[in-house]
Amino acid sequence: MTELKWQAAVFAELKRAGIRQVGYVPDAGHAELIEAAHADNDMRAVVLTTEEEGIALAAGAWLGGQRSVLLMQSSGVGNCINMLSLPINCRMPFLTLVTMRGEWGEFNPWQVPMGSATPGVLERAGVHVHRVDRPEDAADTVVAAASLAFDSRVPVAVLFSQRLIGAKVFVK
Amino acid sequence: MSEGVLDRRAVAATLLKDAGDLLVVTGLGSTTYDAGAAGDRDENFYLWGAMGGAAMIGLGLALAQPNRRVLVMTGDGEMLMGMGSLASVTAQRPDNLSIAIFDNARFGETGAQRSHTAYSTDLGAVAAACGWRDTVQARTMAEVEALAPRLRTEALFAVIKISADEVPRFLPPRDGAQLASRFRRAIGIPEP
Repeated sequence: MTELKWQAAVFAELKRAGIRQVGYVPDAGHAELIEAAHADNDMRAVVLTTEEEGIALAAGAWLGGQRSVLLMQSSGVGNCINMLSLPINCRMPFLTLVTMRGEWGEFNPWQVPMGSATPGVLERAGVHVHRVDRPEDAADTVVAAASLAFDSRVPVAVLFSQRLIGAKVFVK
Repeated sequence: MSEGVLDRRAVAATLLKDAGDLLVVTGLGSTTYDAGAAGDRDENFYLWGAMGGAAMIGLGLALAQPNRRVLVMTGDGEMLMGMGSLASVTAQRPDNLSIAIFDNARFGETGAQRSHTAYSTDLGAVAAACGWRDTVQARTMAEVEALAPRLRTEALFAVIKISADEVPRFLPPRDGAQLASRFRRAIGIPEP
């Protein structure tokens, strides 16, 4: 499966899961999902200034009867921790798709600390973590994560590994 | 900057009088107590944490319920913490969401330290610079009375200068799961 195909499949599963609000922080790894969300008449793409806004957005959407997803990069996970008390305390679903930095062939050392800490930090904060390393697993993992989040009403993060996304190339 | 004199409980009671089906989100701290003291109702969603999140909860709710009116009532400190969300809200231009800031220029929960609005920051000007079309400031109860209907019909960002004096505690319900569940039930969302 090519890179384009797995991302299209993930978007199709978000649609099928009934996601109506897509909060996002700009991210190259999520660029296709962001573009697709903007182009979709049944979805509202909401650009954020910082990641935790997307958790509050999702809580408001849930209160109003809609489902939301937050798209972010691993560097933004640390910004979210206190705001995670909102879905956890309120027994609300929360789904986030996280593109990983700081692991596979990372060029920028500033990405490494948060990237390395991401799965552990999320788990300690009470988030269920799924990881995707192979393109053929991406859509299925999102289906399972959405079901866990919205049917069991718990916070769930899907980590798209940097190997899957492709390491960012700065030097030609 | 000159400080407010209005009694916060009187302001809340005026804004929430005959609230009908108005959907209300309050920010961590005193606005949660103020809204509860004005009369607990299922359509009030009180934050007891998640500081900085009130405006974005209002946005998610306003987008999900375009035919309902949403009012976010929060303090200057809570809004300062989520100041970026003013840009995120205005980028979506919801026409059914208003925000009322109870500005006492203090962090009331933590010992009434002076907030940025006591020193230099005008939150109404910040909202306007973020793209909020209509911003207004209220310093008298007459102005608050005039504001109340506008907050339910326009997309307004209002800064209400209230007194920093402490008022008696009023503690509304704080179980988040119950608050969320009763809110959704009140607006007719079937349980999943």
